[in-house]
Amino acid sequence: MASDPTNPQNLPGPRTNGKVRPHQTQNEGLVFEKSSPGKRAYKLPPLDVPAVDAAELLGAAHRETPGLLPELSEIEIIRHFTRLSTWNYAIDLGMYPLGSCTMKYNPRVNEYVARIEGLADAHPYRPESLAQGILEVTDLLQRCLLEITGMDAITLQPAAGAHGEFTGILLVRAWHESQGNPRRKVLIPDSAHGTNPATAAICGYAVENLKSNADGGIDLEALAKQVDEETAALMLTNPSTIGVFESQIHRIADILHAKGALLYMDGANMNALVGKARPGDFGVDVMHLNLHKTFSTPHGGGGPGSGPVACKAFLEPFLPTPLLVQKEDGTKGWEYDRPQSVGRVRAFYGNVGMFIRALAYILANGPDGLRQTTEDAVLNANYIRKKLEDFYELPYKTASMHEVVFSDKRQAANGVKTGDIAKRLIDYGFHPYTVSFPMIVHGALMIEPTESESLEELDLFIDAMRSIAREVEETPDLVKTAPHSTRVSRLDEVGAARRPILRWRP
Amino acid sequence: MRYLPKSPAERERMLAEIGAASIDDLFAVIPAEYRLDRDLDVPRQQAESEIIDYFRSAGAKNATDYASFLGAGAYRHYRPVIIDALVQRGEFLTSYTPYQAEITQGTLQAIFEFQTMIAELTGMDVANASMYDGSTGAAEAVLMAMRVTGRHSAVVASAVHPEHREVLATYLKYRDMPTALVGYDARTGRVDLAALEAAVTDETAAVLVQSPNFFGVIEDIPAIAAIAHAKGALLIVSIAEAVSLGVVRPPVEADIVSMEAQSFGVALSYGGPFCGVIAAKEQYLRQMPGRLVGQTVDSTGYRGFVLTLSTREQHIRREKATSNICTNQALVALMATIFLTVYGKEGIRELAEHNLAKAEYAAQALAEQSGAKLLFTGAPRFNEFVLQTVEPPVLWSKRLLGEKIVGGIELSRWYPELGNTTLWCATEVVTRAQIDAAAKVLAAGLVEA
Amino acid sequence: MAYPTNYRYTREHEWIALDGAIGTIGITDYAQNSLGDIVYVDSPKVGDTVTANATFGSVESVKAVSDLYSPVSGTVTEVNEELKTAPDKINEAPHDTWIIKVELSDPAEFEKLLDAAAYEAFISEETGS
Repeated sequence: MASDPTNPQNLPGPRTNGKVRPHQTQNEGLVFEKSSPGKRAYKLPPLDVPAVDAAELLGAAHRETPGLLPELSEIEIIRHFTRLSTWNYAIDLGMYPLGSCTMKYNPRVNEYVARIEGLADAHPYRPESLAQGILEVTDLLQRCLLEITGMDAITLQPAAGAHGEFTGILLVRAWHESQGNPRRKVLIPDSAHGTNPATAAICGYAVENLKSNADGGIDLEALAKQVDEETAALMLTNPSTIGVFESQIHRIADILHAKGALLYMDGANMNALVGKARPGDFGVDVMHLNLHKTFSTPHGGGGPGSGPVACKAFLEPFLPTPLLVQKEDGTKGWEYDRPQSVGRVRAFYGNVGMFIRALAYILANGPDGLRQTTEDAVLNANYIRKKLEDFYELPYKTASMHEVVFSDKRQAANGVKTGDIAKRLIDYGFHPYTVSFPMIVHGALMIEPTESESLEELDLFIDAMRSIAREVEETPDLVKTAPHSTRVSRLDEVGAARRPILRWRP
Repeated sequence: MRYLPKSPAERERMLAEIGAASIDDLFAVIPAEYRLDRDLDVPRQQAESEIIDYFRSAGAKNATDYASFLGAGAYRHYRPVIIDALVQRGEFLTSYTPYQAEITQGTLQAIFEFQTMIAELTGMDVANASMYDGSTGAAEAVLMAMRVTGRHSAVVASAVHPEHREVLATYLKYRDMPTALVGYDARTGRVDLAALEAAVTDETAAVLVQSPNFFGVIEDIPAIAAIAHAKGALLIVSIAEAVSLGVVRPPVEADIVSMEAQSFGVALSYGGPFCGVIAAKEQYLRQMPGRLVGQTVDSTGYRGFVLTLSTREQHIRREKATSNICTNQALVALMATIFLTVYGKEGIRELAEHNLAKAEYAAQALAEQSGAKLLFTGAPRFNEFVLQTVEPPVLWSKRLLGEKIVGGIELSRWYPELGNTTLWCATEVVTRAQIDAAAKVLAAGLVEA
Repeated sequence: MAYPTNYRYTREHEWIALDGAIGTIGITDYAQNSLGDIVYVDSPKVGDTVTANATFGSVESVKAVSDLYSPVSGTVTEVNEELKTAPDKINEAPHDTWIIKVELSDPAEFEKLLDAAAYEAFISEETGS
């Protein structure tokens, strides 16, 4: 029998060369397509108060036509969503080499403790005397994060990384305003994540791009020329999005501070630094963290996250209101009287459910675990770099930390792009790496294994990438038309954008 | 450390293959003066049982056996158990944003179902895949209206949740986008229409109201829409209590609806994570922030779903993005989707009617006590009401706590003009016994006073 | 694809054809090829002013957005409504699919733009081919 390169063991059914096999057999329609009038999955307890006539009570405000929600029984709902879940790749199934996403293990004890009664069902307005438990949890997390970052003050209010960036730049602006000149612009390296320039614009700042040097780091000469009295801040990711530590960071901070500008650090890549170095020690004035990256809270298909912002003492008065404080009687509470605060960035106090999970992660690790985690993350990335550098072009020769960036230059000669290679990786049972980012690398392949990957899994990944590199030479079309083993083949994104269908209609 | 799948021997092997003498070589790139040479000062590594004990005792300090009449933007509803059973499946919990559509059809289809249900309930044409929460959603909706109309000011009703208004103020802080505040009618608690008419001009991008508003009162949406549209402004309706849509007519005259969907099966969790969503009329689609899932076909014609219209988002437009939002709230949106599927068309109506009944009974029971008066009786309300008392709330609320009851929240911190008033919420989980007990405590004190 | 010799071109890859004082503007084959499948065109409104070298709208593909730069200054007289439902026409026939028509405030601006030969030379430089 002729050997099929996508199915070397001649296994029937959906083919992956790795270990993860998508479950294709069930065809599950939309929940509305399974609906029938009269089916029900709920039962409310009988009313213990008099029933009311809604139409009479509400008058013109009464809803005449109910919304077209589906009517299903409980078993159909369980099957529906269970089947849907089997079409998803997930960390629980295998590696996600996504650069700057830090797809690490989401510990299950986090889920357990987040659901503990008293924590899960606490109303945000309950009297503080009845909320001491949750306030102490919040306080402990804050203290741990301050220790980890080397900063002086912190807010846990922002709901996600981008939200944290927004908050951080608000702090920058508020401080500059208090100094008499709000300034006009924010400098952003061309390697930055897309949220950085979007955030600056939303805070009323113009964005000026900072070119990276030949090593993919900040060009100090260029920086010194561009920083002036109209520069509010530099938004920096460290390690950078190419996984390289900005070893001149203190000089960068000095150049900025000399002109009264601030250094903002995007903490997306903290997984390379926890327990080994602290941003507060190397000149960062304000930064955000991503609890859903570095601190293991689950991605859940795209959120929720949490984006705490930590800062030096001089920015503390501007932090969002309210701030967690220790009151005179020793209990904890929220301080609202903060005249210089930038205000609120959201209602209530933050994604408390994520605080609980992140703290559980920190407690499970302890100082030694946190350090070992960072070391393993960097070890894993460097191992992959070593094993693939003969197969894929390495655009920057500087040392990688927790992630490595290759380019598709060699493969492009055969008409194969990074996006194609990524899709082919799916056939090997892996989620793709980050494609085409950062923009300073043409055809980037951005790989961050995290510490959660065993040597076995790393070797499987490396074998897959090497195999694909061979395929690019020998059978490039196989790669260009990948994936071949998934429930759906490549989807028509152009059609979806030209004629958007964003809801089901009866 | 038990989350790290490496043996010491494997680490050695890997270092040897890399050509590093020790792990320190890999950190040499960090200048020596920044390298931490001590342990982080965080609690020592804990066993799983210790972690659970720690959080259990924290939970116990939070007093789980109190009856609660708190609402005000966060609502206690029963959460069907299959929600957690399903969302804790690893394929949902630990999956990433569905950028690689072929291996995330589960997440994408569920979001498509969410978008459909939200559009259906709100009476809008399209809904997005969720925002951080209702407060940021409202702010983003105002920014969206400014983009659509090209105008730069907004008019906001004071009966919009005070914390939502604070968030809006923060979002607009450095953007030269003035807002005008319009008060409420003393009899109805609804936005003062005459004042609204006076405040809306040709420069108004949006009128923002909440319905049911912060006082629990349902606004006259058609009248408000007429005022907004007469001057070419968009109407944004913010909904804080999503269950109301089971029995309250959807704000179909609105241009944009910003909703907090926490009531749909998302735990209170001391205020977050919650589940915001923005829905709008079709013509505003391209200015909508947040992710959108669209239906399409694959190369064999099989139906599938993808993230679409991503050019609105930050990772493509960068500084011209409609918003800087990156994460959405996928997992909590999934909880809402499952909740809505469990209740379904009839259940959401019945659930809302139960809320109406409980709140009606509670309002009457409490207002019956001498020295207590129901405010804003001139307009329909959903599951919240405002009670004014002769005795300062701080006194009787202490007595309530003594009976393990958390009463309504004091409004004087936001609306000092209302004097001794509190906002009460009674959902389907509040019992008649709890309501009667609260009324008794209230009665006792007021008689004494 | 050959670049029509009666058109003029910009370094931002727009083309313009002139008929009296009315300029017809679109994007070149090079532009549509770089963008990929076009899904949406964000156009100005009739009556809007456009300024030479300033943006007047944008063209979107699935993964990229490109600003449109006006070759000339003037007032928009017509907008191609077809592009609302069939933006792909730009991919199929980039030099025959116009986006806006403009009444030039200064018709002399037309001659200052690149002619077909100069534009083709410019592209060769850009692509290194």
